[in-house]
Amino acid sequence: MTETALLLFWPALAGYAEAAVAYAGDTVRPGRLVRYAIWGVRLGWLAQTALLVAQAASADGFPWGSWAGSLNLFVWMCVGVYLIWGCRAPFRLLGLVVMPLAAFLLVLAWAAGGAGEPARSEFGDVFLAAHVCLILAAFAGFTLAAALSALYLWQDQRLKRRTPGVLRLRPPALETLDQLTGRTIAFSLPALTVGAGIGLARLEADGASFDPIMGLTVLTWIVYAAFLVLRWEAGWRGRRTAYLALAGFLLVVLVRLVLTPFVHF
Amino acid sequence: MKLILVGTSYQRAPVELRELLAYDPGLRREALGRLGANGAEAAVLSTCNRTEVYGVSPEPAELEERIYGELADLSGLSHSELAPALYSVSDEAAAVHLFRVAAGLDSMVPGEAQILGQVREAYEAARETQTTGTTLHRLFRQALRVGKRVRTETAIGENPASVSSAAAELAERVFEDLAGRRILLLGAGKTADLTAANLIFRGVGKIVVANRSPERAEALARRFGGRAVGLDQVELELAEVDVVVASTSSQGFVLSAAQVERAMKERRGRPIFFIDIAVPRDVDPAVIELEGCYLYDIDDLERVVAESVAGRREEAVRAEAIVSEEADAFRAWQLSLDVVPAISSLRARAESIRREELERAEGRLASLSPSQRRAVEALTSQIVAKLLHQPTVRMKEAAAGAEGVLYADAVRHLFGLGDDAGQARKPRQ
Repeated sequence: MTETALLLFWPALAGYAEAAVAYAGDTVRPGRLVRYAIWGVRLGWLAQTALLVAQAASADGFPWGSWAGSLNLFVWMCVGVYLIWGCRAPFRLLGLVVMPLAAFLLVLAWAAGGAGEPARSEFGDVFLAAHVCLILAAFAGFTLAAALSALYLWQDQRLKRRTPGVLRLRPPALETLDQLTGRTIAFSLPALTVGAGIGLARLEADGASFDPIMGLTVLTWIVYAAFLVLRWEAGWRGRRTAYLALAGFLLVVLVRLVLTPFVHF
Repeated sequence: MKLILVGTSYQRAPVELRELLAYDPGLRREALGRLGANGAEAAVLSTCNRTEVYGVSPEPAELEERIYGELADLSGLSHSELAPALYSVSDEAAAVHLFRVAAGLDSMVPGEAQILGQVREAYEAARETQTTGTTLHRLFRQALRVGKRVRTETAIGENPASVSSAAAELAERVFEDLAGRRILLLGAGKTADLTAANLIFRGVGKIVVANRSPERAEALARRFGGRAVGLDQVELELAEVDVVVASTSSQGFVLSAAQVERAMKERRGRPIFFIDIAVPRDVDPAVIELEGCYLYDIDDLERVVAESVAGRREEAVRAEAIVSEEADAFRAWQLSLDVVPAISSLRARAESIRREELERAEGRLASLSPSQRRAVEALTSQIVAKLLHQPTVRMKEAAAGAEGVLYADAVRHLFGLGDDAGQARKPRQ
């Protein structure tokens, strides 16, 4: 399994890294490297899909129960969501944020052992697998929403500053970015709600105590719920909601990268 | 056969002269009929910036004279009056020129897209009057390909080259799609008019015109199918519109930051884009500090256009490389024409020998069944084709260099092919 994993991990990483570099190059010379970037994303994602399939085939139980394993799955979900519409012309610039992040997190997952032989999982039942998958899917959505928000703030700044070269690059229009951020969060929050609900139910059943991850997850939920309420009820748009989405993402990073490695399931 | 081009453009002739040299479709058809009378090929490209006549003839000097005559007749000017404004080039230079024209590299604004359609129109007109032959057919088809390649492989035509189109493009960076958006015209200046026309072209739905003179506001609103309001109602309108184009001749700000701020509260976060092309400015620059407000004055827009045109010039370098590549291909094709008669004669000779030998063996082949007969036919044809394949390829390869005609002459001499009705040529230098 280790050899197969390595055989699939490196092409996945190479694809993502190549896409990140090509997207960066495309900002210097628009239109030249974007094709290579898209193929990097596609091939990298296919290789990572094969890696996950290989892990699932050789695992005893849920293969991505460990922090590193779930990070591997999280990267796959992020890139998968990005692939759905990220490769369309106006959204390509999102790759500038998503692909370096994906490459970095995949290396992190590999370094922590999440891209090799799956550790024996304690996630025996389907509910716990659903808990992890739903939370990761929600976090993948929030990551993408953060990328959209970052792109919004960058483009907003360029338009506000009246940069002469503002038309050279063609990111999506501000209104589109704003709407997509709202929609992505609106789809991701229910996944987080159900995933966290399952986790809390299991916690109660096991008689375990409320840990910092759960506290932060609830706080994350509150931030994104506030995002939607303020958007729908108070008419918040643009920069304010973009900052809120980024604040929520900061909590996601805290939960995923800072706290989770120290918590044992 | 020689390809020649005689023409003029905005670089050589002022608009007064270009007007005299412009062909409408009817005049072009008549001119093509006359130019193609002696079996020559001819095509006329006529736009507001250029008039160019392309011709192919074995007697290039005579054809050139006729083109000069046509242009003199059209303009009503004498040959000597016209000559300084005309340029005349031939063969590869003429092809490169047309490729550059089709790519938009010879246009006033590099990369403008309209010219490609005009080149296609010139080609279609020549085809309709049946004045295109092998050379012009190939030349124009290749020119159209160059135009397409340049537009897909470079970003030369992507950014705007005028203030009005830059303003419209910037609005699209905020709203993506302008279809159904509302626009408020403050004042009725010419640039505002152009900008509004550009926005309407991109789908802007409703137009409100506010002007100091209600009559002018009404007139402009009628023209664009919108409605007119007084300047005192502008603040109310700000809550509804998406784009504001300001161009009044007022000496002070027509829209203050406080007014816009109040309107933004009504808008519930919906962005608004201000295009202030008035001098002195109509919109308080402090508006840019408000969330969801984007403001471009005339200087900002001109800077964007300058940067955009500079970007087009950078892309023009890449476009020139495409033109040069295609010009090489055209040259190679033209040179290969030198050996085509020799190849045709060689193949015809081989085929006639094959037939003669089969006829001579008729008596011995009489006993063969029809299928055996077909097999003999196929076998002999295959032998001839295989024998001639390599010499044909070699001659075509040699034609791309200087020695193509030498090879052709050698083949004629070795196989006793004669000189192809006088088609033998001297080697190119």
